[in-house]
This record gives sequence, structure tokens and C-alpha cells, in this order.
Amino acid sequence: MVKTLPFEEPVIQLRAKISELKDFTSNAEVDLSTEIQQLEDRLQKLETDIYENMQPWDRVQVARHPERPTTLDYIRDLFTDFIELHGDRLYGDDEAIVGGIASFNGQPITIIGHQRGRDTKENIRRNFGMPHPEGYRKALRLMKQAEKFKRPIICFIDTKGAYPGKAAEERGQSEAIARNLFEMAGLKVPVISVVIGEGGSGGALALGVANHIHMLENATYSVISPEGAASILWKDAALAQQAAEAMKITAPDLKEMGIVDEIIPESTGGAHRDPKRQAVLMGEVLQRSLDELLKLNEDQLVDTRYEKFKSIGEFIE
Amino acid sequence: MIRDIFSRNRKHKYATIPNLASKTDVPEGIMTKCPECKYIGLTKELMSNKKVCPGCDHHYKMTAYERVANFLDESTFVSMDDHLETVNPLNFPGYTDKIKSDSKKTGLNEAVLTGTGQINGQSVVVAIMDAHFRMGSMGSVVGEKITRAVEEATKQGVPFIIFTASGGARMQEGVLSLMQMAKTSVALKRHSEKGYLFISILTHPTTGGVSASFASLGDINLAEPKALIGFAGRRVIEQTVREKLPENFQTAEFLLDHGQLDAVVHRASMKDTVSTLVKLHSKGENKNG
Repeated sequence: MVKTLPFEEPVIQLRAKISELKDFTSNAEVDLSTEIQQLEDRLQKLETDIYENMQPWDRVQVARHPERPTTLDYIRDLFTDFIELHGDRLYGDDEAIVGGIASFNGQPITIIGHQRGRDTKENIRRNFGMPHPEGYRKALRLMKQAEKFKRPIICFIDTKGAYPGKAAEERGQSEAIARNLFEMAGLKVPVISVVIGEGGSGGALALGVANHIHMLENATYSVISPEGAASILWKDAALAQQAAEAMKITAPDLKEMGIVDEIIPESTGGAHRDPKRQAVLMGEVLQRSLDELLKLNEDQLVDTRYEKFKSIGEFIE
Repeated sequence: MIRDIFSRNRKHKYATIPNLASKTDVPEGIMTKCPECKYIGLTKELMSNKKVCPGCDHHYKMTAYERVANFLDESTFVSMDDHLETVNPLNFPGYTDKIKSDSKKTGLNEAVLTGTGQINGQSVVVAIMDAHFRMGSMGSVVGEKITRAVEEATKQGVPFIIFTASGGARMQEGVLSLMQMAKTSVALKRHSEKGYLFISILTHPTTGGVSASFASLGDINLAEPKALIGFAGRRVIEQTVREKLPENFQTAEFLLDHGQLDAVVHRASMKDTVSTLVKLHSKGENKNG
């Protein structure tokens, strides 16, 4: 049973009613087919109403859905011969970030992504997808390795943010993130980043200095979580819903600001409703993106990446 | 008698009432009390001491213009991009007014002052952040000014030097402020690829998105004593790890101990230290080359 979210409650209730009625008619000697038909029409209308008018806060809920496909799900569905590579060679292996080499439609690729857990046990192991410095340093090691072997890089972004802990500070969380931004700027291979869930602040950006940035329809990308923004701006984390609206964190918002290149559509109700189809939709965009970037030479890749980020910002000259 | 105990108090007919005039005898700002050691000294003396407490070496926050006066050769500084104007991309209520009032207070168009100048006769491009302007937070204009300053340093082939002082990203500009971390970093990468020197001087406070981008990217990272430097806020960390953090957590000295800084440098010797570093990186220095 897929966990339902508060905003889709009416749809779920109506659907339950309809199936109840259907059960009833199959056992009893009454014909309710016209009534059922009516209810089904209403359900369809309700579904379009709710899912096509999703508010930013609804999208936040979908982006955080426990069953939402993660980096490893996309790797399994889209790539072959995946071999996971571990460790930063400096301190340890951070399981909040996974990375490795695989084949994507015959093209060798380096894949790196934040990795949340499916259940509490896995979440503890993966620190809820919140990396320590060694996670970012592993990511950088794999990117440099990809550059050496001229492999394109695909990054999946899905984190609440870099972990705010004592050990993380001691080992240089700031430096690890900063170094990734700096080094990604100079990579001589195509880099594609896709925000698949939550894109939380610097911890997300550290995998995001890419030639193309794509975003799933219900993913979010923000400087701070809606809860964090609400508590800083209005001293009340309960106002997160308003903050989500005010902060402009949804895919259409980021597309409008010129940060995101393409929005990858999701199944009705969110990617978790049909992960297989979601992978197909993702694969199409990745292939198109890759074809485009593989036409560029090394200098063009670095220069266009430079121009992309140089142009982000709003001010009066 | 027991009553005498109470009645005796009433016999105090005279009380010393502080003279209101004597209170205002000392004009506002002539003396400054150190927040660390409570030493009270003449503000003029403090200023001539580069805003360092003579009692305990506490480094007071400096405005961007004070840094220019203390760090660069006299009248060599030429400001850049002070015409850029902040907008309100998310339509946050009151944001524009806050920018205007801070701008008036500091005489800056945004939380960073950038420009060209000389340090002991050597040309450099500097960016100096000012924590008196919206806590030095980084929005689009701060990101743009720093990026343009780095590009200017790249164009002129001179070292880029930054004094950081920032609470991090500017919430009111949302994800645009986050992207300034990437923007400044890509500019620094280009400067670095050409073989030019970048010195980052972290001053109190340097946290969040600024510490997680250009502030940490110097070929040489220096810091002022006791400066607060870190990624996440102390309170946030205490809540997540549920333990008391050491007293000196996230200070410059703590970072030095953990291998995150090249050196902690007293403000009095900062100019000479940076000047020497610049000299050691100049092409003319390589006599055997």
C-alpha cells in the first residue's frame, strides 16, 4: 500500500467508495452501473483538479514520499553493468552518496547520486541521504576519474542538505562542498545533473555544477528547507507551507529563472505511482541531453558551463 | 525594639541621585568597551590600533571602507560595480526597504565592496565583504560583484584577494542566492587555471553558503583570530548531535587545529603577510627561472 498524502485524500476516499460499490454489486442482485459510472466520472474530474493544481507544499510532500524512486532505483532501471565504487581514499565511505560506473545505452557513464534509505534501518546507514565531507570527496574522486577516461557524468540530486554535525565540521564540510563547485566548473566531460527529489541547499549544489540541469516535475530545489525558511523568516517552522510558496522552489519556478533546462514529467500523483514509467521518461531526457553535449569539445563544455552559471542572478545594471 | 529596625530605614533622607547631565558628559562613541574583556578605551585609540582591543586582542568587526584604509596603500583603491542594484525577485515584503536602509547606513550598494588597488606597491583585485550590510549575506548582486572582480583579476593577470564576512546565503533571494555559490566558484576556477593567486581571508563571521564556496577556495586560506567559521550554525548542530560542543568550536583556531586553514594571522600583520605572499608568487621573484 502506497502511503497517501494529505492533499490527495479526497481522491483516495472516492476511489475506495467506488471499489466498495463494485464489490457490493457483484455480490448483490442490484444494478448500480450508472451510479458507478457517475462516480467514476467524478473521480476523474477530481483527479485532474487535484493533481494538475498541485501547490508547492503538495510537491514538497511528493518529493519527500518514502516510496519515491531513489538514485539506485534509476541506476537499476536505466543502466547496465553498474559497478559501485566506494570511498574517498582519505577518510571513509559515505553511504549517503553512491557512485560508480555503468553503461547507458552502450555509453560508459559515471553515475553519482545522493541516496536516501527506504526504511529506518537503511536510512540510519545512509544518514537519511545527508552526506558528510567524505561523501563529497568520494563524488569528486569519481568525477576526476571520469574525466581521465573521458566518460560523461550523470548526477542525481536528492538530499535535504549536507549533514550539520560536529564531525562534518571538523572534517571540513564547507571545504568539501566548495571544492566540488570549483572542480566541477573545470571538468572536461559532459556533466548532467537531475534533481529527482529534494534539492537542499549547498549539499545539493555540490553535485549540481552541470552543463544541463533537469528536474523532475515534483522535485524541489531551494536554498533552505521550507521549515528552515519559516523558522528564520517568521520564527515559526509551522509556517513551512507558506514558505514553500514564497521561496519559489518548484521545477516550473526554476525553469522560469533559467536555472533548470528541462522539466521531466511525472506520472499522475507522482513518480512513486509508476517508477518503471518514470525511469523511461528519465531515460529519454538523459539520452537527448547526452547526445547534445557529446557534440561539444572540451573547451566548449567548460565554456558553456561557465556561461550558464555566470548568467544566473537578478539585479539592475 | 523590633519596630526600630523598620523605622531606622526611613531616617535616610538623602539619596544620591545621579546627575543626568554627568551621564551625558561623555559624548556618544568617544569611548568603546570591549565585549570580550570589558576594557574601556578611547575609540580613537582603538581605530589607530586597527580596531583590535589593546587589552585582549579582540578583533572588532570592520566595515569595508575601514579595511580598505587599513589594508591597501593609501588612495590606490578604485571601486568597481557600485552601480549594481538589488531587486526583489521573490517579492518578499519589506526586502527592498531593508536593502535601502542598510545601503544608507554603510554607504555601500551591497554587502561587498570590490575594486582594484595596491598592496605595498603590488596590484591586486580585492573584494571586501561587510557584515554590517544584511549580515554580509550573499544575494545576486554580491555574487555578481565578486564574480566580476574575479574576472577582472583574471583579465589583468593579478592576484585576487577576498575578505569574507557573511552569514551565508540571502534567504530573501531564494535559490538564486544558492546559485551564486556556483557562479563565484566557476569564476575562481578560471582564474586559477591561468595560474593566478587567490588568497581568502576569513573574518568574523564566515558561515553557510559563503564558507562553502569562495571563502574556502583560496590557494591560501587565512583567518583573523577567533573568527567564527563554519558550515552549519552552532544551535543546529547541537540539536542534531545532542551534545555540548567545545567552547572554541568553529573558531579560526579550531579550524587551524583540524587542518582547515593555512594560518591564523593577527590583523596588525595581515597586510605584510599578504604582501609577502603576493611577492613570493610574482613572476619577477623567480630569479633562477
